[in-house]
Amino acid sequence: MIRVSVQSAAIDIAAEFDLHDAGGHGASASFIGRVRGDDGLAELFLEHHPQMTEAGLAALAHAASDRWKLSALTLVHRVGAMAPGETIVLVLTSSAHRAEALAAVEYLIDRLKTDVMLWKRESFADGRVQWVEEREGDQRRAERWE
Amino acid sequence: MALNIAYFSWVRERMGVAGEMVDLPADVGDLGALIAWLAARDGRGALAFAEPNRIRAAIDGSMTGSDAPLAGVGEVALFPPVTGG
Repeated sequence: MIRVSVQSAAIDIAAEFDLHDAGGHGASASFIGRVRGDDGLAELFLEHHPQMTEAGLAALAHAASDRWKLSALTLVHRVGAMAPGETIVLVLTSSAHRAEALAAVEYLIDRLKTDVMLWKRESFADGRVQWVEEREGDQRRAERWE
Repeated sequence: MALNIAYFSWVRERMGVAGEMVDLPADVGDLGALIAWLAARDGRGALAFAEPNRIRAAIDGSMTGSDAPLAGVGEVALFPPVTGG
């Protein structure tokens, strides 16, 4: 089962895990990305493309399920405004044994950072607003999977 | 040729609009030429596309390189490198 969602509502981790885990799997792995409150960050805003962001996540999910033998895959990304501590992204993968689930989770979060149409804008308590710049390390991590 | 362009992130802010329909001159045949044409067209284009190597693009939803041809294209999206996750 593949579940992909782009949503402005808060990500309900427990509900997503219950949905993902229906029926039970031998091994499940997860990644949860949260908003860091560094440097007095007040708000993180995620801009997205109304169609292509979800299409990009779905393409990644299918690429992962082609590459590893997965029994379930959940990929949920938040968009819009969020506060420090809130969940931005949730990746859940399951397979019969741990190796495939762990590798798929790492692949999905690495590729998501370079391949999917999402842009972060930070607003700080002192009034500064800035778009987040891409990190060279993210590009290198994503290229490992080619 | 008429072309629909969508802008995102600071490219959108610098252009002042989320998108526009443009009528391209016949000699603007690929993405690189489109970006150069937008940069030369007016002040906001000059600001948004001052550094073409910081611009990424998608044609009809697929990420693509600057040599991608524009013939028959529905929508071009222009934006900075993505920063999700």
